[in-house]
Amino acid sequence: MSNTTNPSYFPLGLPIPVAEPDGLSAPYWTGLRHNRLLVQRCNHCQTWQFGPEWLCHRCHAFDPKWTEVEPRGRIFSWERVWHPSHTSLRNHGPYIAVLVELPHADGVRMVGNLLGDPMQAVVIGTEVEGVFEHHRDSDPPYSLLQWRMPLKTAHFERSVT
Amino acid sequence: MGGTRTSRTLRGRVAVVGIGETEYYRHGASPDPEFKLALKAILSACQDAGLDPREIDGFASYSDDRSEASRLAAALGTHRLRAATMQWGGGGGGCCAAVANAAASIVAGLADCVVVFRSLNQGQYGRFGQTTGIDTISGEKAYLMPYGVLAPPQRFAMRVRRFMHEHGVRQEAMRAIALASYHHAQVNPRAVMYGKPLDAAKYDASRWIAEPFHLYDCCMENDGAAALVLVSEERAKEFRQKPVYVLGAAFGSGYRTGAIPHNSPLYGSASFDTVAPDLYRMAGLGPSDVGVVQCYENFTGGVVMALAEHGFFKPEEANDFLTLENLLAPSGRLPLNTSGGNLAECYMHGFELVLEAVRQVRGTSTNQAPRNDVALVIGGPMVTPVSNLLLGSDATL
Repeated sequence: MSNTTNPSYFPLGLPIPVAEPDGLSAPYWTGLRHNRLLVQRCNHCQTWQFGPEWLCHRCHAFDPKWTEVEPRGRIFSWERVWHPSHTSLRNHGPYIAVLVELPHADGVRMVGNLLGDPMQAVVIGTEVEGVFEHHRDSDPPYSLLQWRMPLKTAHFERSVT
Repeated sequence: MGGTRTSRTLRGRVAVVGIGETEYYRHGASPDPEFKLALKAILSACQDAGLDPREIDGFASYSDDRSEASRLAAALGTHRLRAATMQWGGGGGGCCAAVANAAASIVAGLADCVVVFRSLNQGQYGRFGQTTGIDTISGEKAYLMPYGVLAPPQRFAMRVRRFMHEHGVRQEAMRAIALASYHHAQVNPRAVMYGKPLDAAKYDASRWIAEPFHLYDCCMENDGAAALVLVSEERAKEFRQKPVYVLGAAFGSGYRTGAIPHNSPLYGSASFDTVAPDLYRMAGLGPSDVGVVQCYENFTGGVVMALAEHGFFKPEEANDFLTLENLLAPSGRLPLNTSGGNLAECYMHGFELVLEAVRQVRGTSTNQAPRNDVALVIGGPMVTPVSNLLLGSDATL
C-alpha cells in the first residue's frame, strides 16, 4: 500500500471517528492510520468478526485476534445520497455510499464511499479495492477506508495527489 | 402458571379501553412542551375510557421517551405507581413492544391499569433527520457517519436496495405504499397531510433523499403525543368503549441482527424473520385471518419487507401484490395504514398506528376496513428489536 495522502471524499466537518472509551475498536482505527485493514479473527475457532466485540460470537473465546486482511471486496449494496443531513454537506451534491463484503474474510461487510463520479452506475457484485484516506491534520487525526473500481476497469478516476 | 413458553400467552388477557392523542403538528410547531403533550394525550385516553386518571398504576413507553413514569405519576396524582417499563432500542421498533410490556405487567399481577404512550416535541429537543453538532463519534456510528451515512434515510437505503436486488422488487411497489397512506390521510382530519393529496406523477417527480427513497418514501417528523389505556380482561367491559383485546404480541429479532455495522446475516430484511412467527403462534392466527394492517413506515421499503415477512406475499410477489388498489380501504385486499400513518397522518413514532388499529377493531376509523375483527400492527421495520401486535374484538376470543 502506498503512503500517499488521498483527497478527502467529503468537505471537512463530518463527525470524526474515535475508539470507544473502553478501547474496543482502537486497533481498527489505528490500523487504518497505517494503511492496514484489521478485522477480528478468533484465535480459537478461526471465525471472522466485524464490527468488533470482546468475544467470539461462535465459540465465546475472549479477545479475538486483530488480523490484517487485504482491502478488497465486492459491492453488496449501495445508495446515492442527495439530501444533506449535515450542514457540511449543503450544496455538496450527490455522493455514493457502498456496503462492501470481503469474501476472503467470510463476507464481513464495511461501509465506505465509492470514489469517482457520483453519478456512475453502480452494480451489486462489482469488485472494488480499498483506498486509505488519511486526515493527518485533523484534531484528532484519523483515517478512513474508501473504495474504488480496480484501476484497469475504472471509467472515472479521482485525481490522486 | 408454568408450561412451555408457547403455552403462556397474552391472548385475550388484556384489553385496550381508551385511546387519545394531542393535535398532531409539523416538527417544531407544537405550542406545548413535550411533557405537556404527554399529559394531554394520557388525559384524553382516560376520558375516552371514562377512567379517573388517578387509577393509572403503570406507564410503558419506548425509544427513550423523555416523559418519565415517576414524573407522570406525580403530575397526575396517581394513587400509586406499580409498573414503569421502557423498551430498549430506538426508532419505532418498540411501539408494539411497549404495549406487550404493559400487558405482561398486568397479566403477571404487577399492575392493574397501565398507560402506554409516546410523546415527541422535536422543536424542543431536535430532529432525527439532522446530525450537525457532533465532533467525534464512536461505536456503530463511527463506521457510518464519516462516510455520510448519517441519518435514518442513509442508514436504511442500502438494506432496501439489497432486498430489491435479491427479489426483483420495483420502485412502484414502494410508491403504492406512499400513495395508500396519503389517500387515507385525505379523509382523516387529524392527519398533518390532510388536504395535501399525492399522486403517482408527484411521487415520481419528487426529489431523491437517498436512492431508492424519494421524498415521499420517507416518514415525516412531527410533534405530538398519543396514548392508550390497558386493563385486564376481567375489567374490560367496565368502561365506556368497546374493548379491543390483545390477541398476540412479539418483539426481538433473529440471529445476530444487531451485528454492526451493517453485518446482520439477513441483511435485506425488516428483522421479523423470527418475530412474525412468534406473533402468529401466540395469537393462534395466520396472515389470512388479518383484515387490516398498520405497518410502520420509517421508509416504504421497510413496509415491503415487513409485509413479506408477515406472510402476506412472497418477496418475489411484491410487485404484483403492492398496488394502490390492493392497499386501500374499504375495497382493497389488504387495507394498509388507514389513518395515513407515519407518512401522512403523523410521525408519532408509530404509536398513531396502534391507535388506528384500535379504531379499526372498534369500527370507528375514517377509512374503515370491512374485515375488522383482527387488526395487525407492525412496528419499526429494519431496526432491532422490532415488535408487532395483533388486536381483536370480543368475537375473536
